Amino acid sequence: MNAFIHHFTFEFRTGIRNKQLLLMNYLFPLGFYLMMGFIMAEINPLFRKDIIPAMVVFGILAATFLGIPDPLVNARENGVFRSYKINGIPSISILTIPALTTILHLMIVAVLITVTAPLFFDAPLPVNWLNYALIFVAMAFACAGLSVLIGVVSPSSRMTVLWSQLVFVPSMLLGGLMLPYSTLPDVARKFAQLLPATHAMNAFNGLAMGKVATFSPWGSVIMLFVSGVLAFGLAVYLFSWDSRNTTRRGHPLLALLVLLPYIVGIFLLA
Amino acid sequence: MKNSVIEVKDFRKTYGNYVAVDGISFDVKQGEIFGLLGPNGAGKTSTLECLEGLRTPNGGSLRVVGLDPVSESRKLRNLIGVQLQSAGLPESITPDEAMRFFCAYHNVAPRFDLLERLGLAEKRSAQFYELSAGQQRRLVLALAVAHNPQVLFLDEPTAGLDVATRVELHGMMRELQAGGTTIILATHDMAEAEQMSDQVAILMKSKIVNIGTPMEITATGAGLTKISVRTQASSLSASGITFPAVSQHTSKDEYSIYFSSDIGPTVLAIIAHINAQGDTLIDLRVERPSLEDRFLEITNAGVDP
Repeated sequence: MNAFIHHFTFEFRTGIRNKQLLLMNYLFPLGFYLMMGFIMAEINPLFRKDIIPAMVVFGILAATFLGIPDPLVNARENGVFRSYKINGIPSISILTIPALTTILHLMIVAVLITVTAPLFFDAPLPVNWLNYALIFVAMAFACAGLSVLIGVVSPSSRMTVLWSQLVFVPSMLLGGLMLPYSTLPDVARKFAQLLPATHAMNAFNGLAMGKVATFSPWGSVIMLFVSGVLAFGLAVYLFSWDSRNTTRRGHPLLALLVLLPYIVGIFLLA
Repeated sequence: MKNSVIEVKDFRKTYGNYVAVDGISFDVKQGEIFGLLGPNGAGKTSTLECLEGLRTPNGGSLRVVGLDPVSESRKLRNLIGVQLQSAGLPESITPDEAMRFFCAYHNVAPRFDLLERLGLAEKRSAQFYELSAGQQRRLVLALAVAHNPQVLFLDEPTAGLDVATRVELHGMMRELQAGGTTIILATHDMAEAEQMSDQVAILMKSKIVNIGTPMEITATGAGLTKISVRTQASSLSASGITFPAVSQHTSKDEYSIYFSSDIGPTVLAIIAHINAQGDTLIDLRVERPSLEDRFLEITNAGVDP
């Protein structure tokens, strides 16, 4: 427990001390939130209704996909994991503690957005706070798991950018943050259901914000939790201590199994 | 008789078709400092990494404190300390945090005194990337010994260290040794290996080509002793002078240097010659071959001695 606390404290401080992580955890999500609030809410007043869930989901996407994988790859390439292994630090701690500290930073960001949006932009507050918190945790858990998995299977920093952007950019365009899911064409809807952001926005709408969900909101919550568990499980399974040690338990392409719950969801959630 | 803390038998490590270590065997007793020497690519790092449990051997057997480094690596973690050649710490960690963090995983109290002893007192709150290369190595060293390991692996421990820290490190190694810690020292610094090691193994082309105490290893070479002589009137610089048992002769910085297989007759003959010439002896030095001389002899030959 003592070891966990020291590890957690160090990782949490790193999230503020490291300029890149400070940018991804706080400056980028909060800056984007203020910009969208001042500009988008003027252009499209209906956006006010979505600003809290949309900007919380954006914050999660930025802090996880743009903040978690790269430090993992750098640590592995610089021999930090070898040093951890020698000192008995288990792989599960190496993978879960940065995810947990990122989720804690995200909670702070989510609170800031939720408290200030009604004051600055006349945004409506959630109608069900418990569900709001639950969906936040489910989305943060799913995205943190996916990001850790990307960090584990990417051979280089460049590849983390590619894999992360493959999730981040479509999530921004199709995930229901900027455009309502219901306005997307059929093909785009199917594709959007592969993205955690779509499920988070669907669940926020149906369970927390007093709006109507497009498909089963509880199905979306379950989907997020299942994919998070699967992503962390695959990350632990595919973890390698250093790039020179080529003995990995499975091929990196096994990571694609993380899409399985979302693919099943396309058929089950209607 | 002391127990063997490290037992290596017919150990073999390959990477694809490349044989990094080819069937080497050696034992290290408790409390010994064991030097592992060899040119780059000789197999030192592969041997160390397999003993540390970072890599899996392809043949033979390895035991460290009676444990298999691969299958019993968890038990081994608290019994060994490792200073890797590359630092391997997160960029933003401070020495204080690193000490708390690693000691917590070893379940021991943090040893901040080690940071002070290794000259890091002023840098305890600096981030790792802000430390100089030497300070980074000192921090890693402090972390490696903080949990009082039974076996300490040091890979090039004095590279990049200033003289004072190097002396401090050697003192610390002696203290650990006196407390029963076994130290495996991989180094390119022959003077350090000769000064510190009880036993030395020289690795060459994946095999051990010589093993023993530094004294035994130097004694197994050609056995030539170096005699350096300087006189007031340089009476030894005339050509054509020969002395008994001398096989090579050279000059450097006003010194005449002789390599002798039997120093007694050679020294007596040199002194007799100086006296006969009416010259005055200023300096005469007799040096046995160093470990470095022997190492170069072996590596230059490139074959088993």
